[in-house]
Amino acid sequence: MQSNNETKGIWKVIGASSVGTLIEWYDFYIFGSLATVIASQFFPKTNPTAALLSTLATFAAGFIVRPFGALVFGRLGDLIGRKHTFLLTLIIMGGSTFAIGLVPGYDSIGFAAPIIVLALRLLQGLALGGEYGGAATYVAEHSPAHKRGYYTSWIQTTATLGLFVSLGVILITRHSLDADAVKSVAKFNEWGWRIPFLVSIILVIVSIYIRLKMNESPLFAKLKAEGKTSVNPLKESFAHKGNLKMVLIALFGATMGQGVVWYTGQFYAQSFIENVCKVDFDQSRTILIWAILFGTPFFVVFGTLSDKIGRKWIMLAGMLLAIVSYNTLFGTLLNTADVKNKTEITAQKNISITLSAVTNTGDSLRKTVTKSFYTDGMVMTETKTDTVYADATKTISKPAVKINKLINSSDYWTMVWIVFIMIVYVTMVYGPIAAFLVEMFPTKIRYTSMSLPYHIGNGVFGGLTPFIATLLTTIYTDNKLVGLQYPIIIAALCLVIGTLYVSNKIDENVND
Amino acid sequence: MNKIKRAMGIIWILLGPVAIFFLIQTALAEIAKKPVIDTKIQWGVFIVVFIPIAIGLMIFGYYALMGEYDHLPENSAELED
Repeated sequence: MQSNNETKGIWKVIGASSVGTLIEWYDFYIFGSLATVIASQFFPKTNPTAALLSTLATFAAGFIVRPFGALVFGRLGDLIGRKHTFLLTLIIMGGSTFAIGLVPGYDSIGFAAPIIVLALRLLQGLALGGEYGGAATYVAEHSPAHKRGYYTSWIQTTATLGLFVSLGVILITRHSLDADAVKSVAKFNEWGWRIPFLVSIILVIVSIYIRLKMNESPLFAKLKAEGKTSVNPLKESFAHKGNLKMVLIALFGATMGQGVVWYTGQFYAQSFIENVCKVDFDQSRTILIWAILFGTPFFVVFGTLSDKIGRKWIMLAGMLLAIVSYNTLFGTLLNTADVKNKTEITAQKNISITLSAVTNTGDSLRKTVTKSFYTDGMVMTETKTDTVYADATKTISKPAVKINKLINSSDYWTMVWIVFIMIVYVTMVYGPIAAFLVEMFPTKIRYTSMSLPYHIGNGVFGGLTPFIATLLTTIYTDNKLVGLQYPIIIAALCLVIGTLYVSNKIDENVND
Repeated sequence: MNKIKRAMGIIWILLGPVAIFFLIQTALAEIAKKPVIDTKIQWGVFIVVFIPIAIGLMIFGYYALMGEYDHLPENSAELED
């Protein structure tokens, strides 16, 4: 009976918080997932200034604006309350996402287009920086002590589910605009990409309506009624040694390692499958979708377990497993799609060459498509594009080569299970982290104090994983797994710091 | 355990400047290799973002060395200076 009273209304709280946070992640991810299409619409490579804005949109939104958003909205959340702050972040995120779907292309309004999109993307990053801390704090402050890990783990599912929904909506839209598959993709690239952005507004309105009906966090409401809220949350969080040392421990002993494990499992894995293993666009995404679908319940499993055995060792175990197994897991992905391990049916090899004239030059663009079939059912398409010059004295340029592998069902599911294992690591490091962070800081500066280490750990250390990993592969071209050194080193450093300095004690009382 | 925590503080303090040096050295080499605006922005952002983090690691190391983590606070009152 007591338990029923304790948890009364908690599911409403979790629902309201989770749906909004999921939508924010969805909004943030669709821009990233559609980066290529958006670049062609707003940031033409032929124009250096537009290309510059494109780079800024990618980097600034993820790495600078997110931690800045954590400071701005964290402070606001500790001053005026959790409810109104994460309502505001939702409105900003939803409004800017919808607006991106409406901005006319570069061809219509010129430079105004990339500038508007950049501004909207920065707003997205700012809002995301403020959302998570609010949602996690709000749920944790409603939760009973012995179930804080379990209830907050539902918030932890939203980032992964947001990616899941964004991939799903993009794939469905991409293939449903025309009965002919090729025409459908062409329509999507032309105007259909706007649909996932526009659809977001419906979800946001529903979520705003739900959140408006929610009450303020009881702990914050009590502080406010007693006049004990912080006057200057930023100063109290980062200028007071007592709290700063906990912010540092949260960053270097937990969120830093958690961020790289998360981004390696959810983003670098997909990028690796598509760009290094050269697996087909749709297949590389659906592999991730399945892995996420099977892996997501483990957020709740590890959140619940953390209520029983503490948060620390579950998170550190996830990091340790990632450190020792990443090379094997990614090596298996590479081998699974490697043609050296397969037998080609040479009789079925198909080569077609097409020439198309380049306007006003007399030169021709030559496209050589080679289709290779393998005994295990894999089909590899290699497309080489080069220019044949009318002037015979000119040397034929080095062809641009694009490889696309359509893997068989067995290899496909092998990859799904490998990515699933990585997603399970994600759930180990990420499932208990909201409860862990909430318990570290006092109510009056909790929103500010936990948001910054979270967004530096995830936005900076985690967000940079795909870039740094890819960068390493371009420097050390002989080793395709060299990119993993970055997450492995960061996670190892975090594991040592976490083991030495982080406490495994569950703080029963978060009311102080 | 507290002795190890304190001793490791020296490692964290040293790791900060090493990371900054390595970051700037790599940035300069990469920009020299490909001096286009994209490379400059990417590495500019890396430097702007990572230097404060490296300084944070040094502060963390200093606190560890001074024994600030020998006992972790058990309630909010202990977080007050």
